[in-house]
Amino acid sequence: MSLRSPLGQVLGLGSAKSGTAHWWGQRVSAVALIPLSLWFMFSLLLLPSLDYSTTRAWLQWPVSGFLAILLVAVVAYHSYLGTTVIVEDYVHAEGLKLLGLVLLRFLHVLVAGAAIFAILRIAFGT
Amino acid sequence: MPVRARPLSPHLQIYRWQIGNTLSILHRFTGVFLGFGFLALAYWFVALATDSHSYRSAAHLFASPIGLLAMLGWTFAFFYHFLNGVRHLLWDVGQGFERAERRASGWLAVVGAGTLTVGVWLLLWHFERL
Repeated sequence: MSLRSPLGQVLGLGSAKSGTAHWWGQRVSAVALIPLSLWFMFSLLLLPSLDYSTTRAWLQWPVSGFLAILLVAVVAYHSYLGTTVIVEDYVHAEGLKLLGLVLLRFLHVLVAGAAIFAILRIAFGT
Repeated sequence: MPVRARPLSPHLQIYRWQIGNTLSILHRFTGVFLGFGFLALAYWFVALATDSHSYRSAAHLFASPIGLLAMLGWTFAFFYHFLNGVRHLLWDVGQGFERAERRASGWLAVVGAGTLTVGVWLLLWHFERL
């Protein structure tokens, strides 16, 4: 007995190869966050001061601004994947689950967009 | 054929709590908590981009008792999620599955996170940031 669908047997197609995309994205973003998050935490710790001008000057340095944008983007992606699984696991009412998943996606893009735009404003000066 | 109650999969009410499932729940919990930290971080970036007045308001909020408590929580959540995440990545490549290894790495994640949290806050105190 074959477990493949009749259509799949006729067309001779295999899997869509996207079954592990969510899981894989979670792992790859986790690996990327190891250096990015440590860099961010220790950069802030080692700044001579966290006042307005020192912190802005630090982010205006191209390497810091670039890495900060990467950090925000990867954190948003990693957090989006993680919280999505939690909603899928614990919200059983179909309508509420759909609403939660859409809101989570909007919220993550919104927050990441605002943070990245802020870093760009600092980097290029307003 | 007699109908018997079949064994069910582990249920919360009869599940014996142990370090494995506790740490798994803590991983999810710290992950969601760090999501709120991401919101706070975005707010901090936006305040820094706006003007010195907004930045001072943000700094004031983070230095309030609730702000400090939240940041202490985020520090521990970050280190725990980080170390336990590495533990998961090692499992993903097939390492550390033995019972003793699982327990040791689990305790290492908790104790390591506690130690690193204290270390970072001692550094903050040392640099007179508190």
